[in-house]
Amino acid sequence: MKQRLSVKVNGRSHELDVQPGATLAEVLRDELMLTGTKVGCDAASCGSCTVLVEGRAVKACSVLAMQVHGKSVTTIEGVADDDRLHPVQEAFIQNHGLQCGFCTPGFILASKALLEEGGEISEAQIRAGLGGHICRCGSYPNIVKSVLGAAKAMRGA
Amino acid sequence: MQRRRDFEYFAPRTLEDALDLLLEHREDDTKVICGGQSLLILMKQGVVAPDYLVDIKGLSSLNYVDNGRDWLRIGAGTPHRAIETSIAIADWCPVLCEAERRLADVEVRNWGTIGGNLAHADPSGDIAPCLIVLDGRLKLQSANGERILPIDQFSVDFFETVLRPDELLTEIQIPKVKPYTGSAYTKFVIVEGDHPIVGAAVSVTLDPATGSCRDARVALTGAGPVPLRARRTEKVLAGNTITEDVIAEAADVASNEADPVSDMHASEAYKRMLVGILVRDVTKAALQRVNEE
Repeated sequence: MKQRLSVKVNGRSHELDVQPGATLAEVLRDELMLTGTKVGCDAASCGSCTVLVEGRAVKACSVLAMQVHGKSVTTIEGVADDDRLHPVQEAFIQNHGLQCGFCTPGFILASKALLEEGGEISEAQIRAGLGGHICRCGSYPNIVKSVLGAAKAMRGA
Repeated sequence: MQRRRDFEYFAPRTLEDALDLLLEHREDDTKVICGGQSLLILMKQGVVAPDYLVDIKGLSSLNYVDNGRDWLRIGAGTPHRAIETSIAIADWCPVLCEAERRLADVEVRNWGTIGGNLAHADPSGDIAPCLIVLDGRLKLQSANGERILPIDQFSVDFFETVLRPDELLTEIQIPKVKPYTGSAYTKFVIVEGDHPIVGAAVSVTLDPATGSCRDARVALTGAGPVPLRARRTEKVLAGNTITEDVIAEAADVASNEADPVSDMHASEAYKRMLVGILVRDVTKAALQRVNEE
């Protein structure tokens, strides 16, 4: 039996009827047509489905859609401010932090959340904080550079 | 196996409502979901396909860290990430934060909960062995009452606990750590964040006057159908001054006391060897922590 889901996605409120077994990734992609969120492994390993729920990075493939009822979700489509890119996005461009781009939305959202948590950010902390993400193209060194670059930009350095 | 999409779904708003639902459906094929970081994967594979799903993720009353004078109480619905970053827990029992830091990844820790982890009862988990060496207890509640169990009585087999169909695990309780006590946890994994292939937690309490070990706790994971309290290994440490030789003997006894099975990760023999090495390493780390206090 379908359930009523009220959720704010990228600042817009939605009322949806979803199957109880639907994952957040399925609802974002299939109901809201927000296909920037990718489904890679569908088993909480690769991180390509990462979105932010109330500012915290979670793997949308492994979150029951109904569990975000009444909450706010940010997908990759909601990171830029109209046509002004977020410092994390700018840094990924400047530091060539992507190749095919499949893992990139997940990495960008996770990095954004990591940096917004505040505090010191070292390379070791970035690697630990992004350990839930896989890049099959092997862009890891540039991803780390991108996040370090974004940290500098966001901390006004 | 096919994924099931047609189950009845409940999202109770209070603990009482949740317990009433479990009582009402105690004879049905009912599953409780919280963060779902273990359960959802199994549901998507069709391995778990209940008729009724009771979703307790929304019970904010189960999300708390409460440090009293003699007991630290953690709500079962507290996300791993909150425990990992809790100053109160780092102060009370840092070994738990140490285990949380290496559990899965940030995203899984943001949504998954300590209670879900324990109730799922993976014989290869990071949390149970730490709670064993901390002499932790669990509170199980039903509509008809509650009971408190030592953690090492909770799991009875692979993915099986003593939770009755009408019961919820609601709280984890950790007593105040005795002075001159150090604890440590480590695990052997191929990729950081993986479930332990094997893991070991050790707690040692020393006599400040003589430096000898007054009390010891050793717990192994990935070394049997349930998290294993290695009592024979504890006996090697307790009552003795912990020298290199004593540690070597403890490692040896632990290797034999463990009950691992061969699987795709490693053979039984290799796992036994790993247990010995890990027990050696965490015993040294635990000793170091006593000195650091």
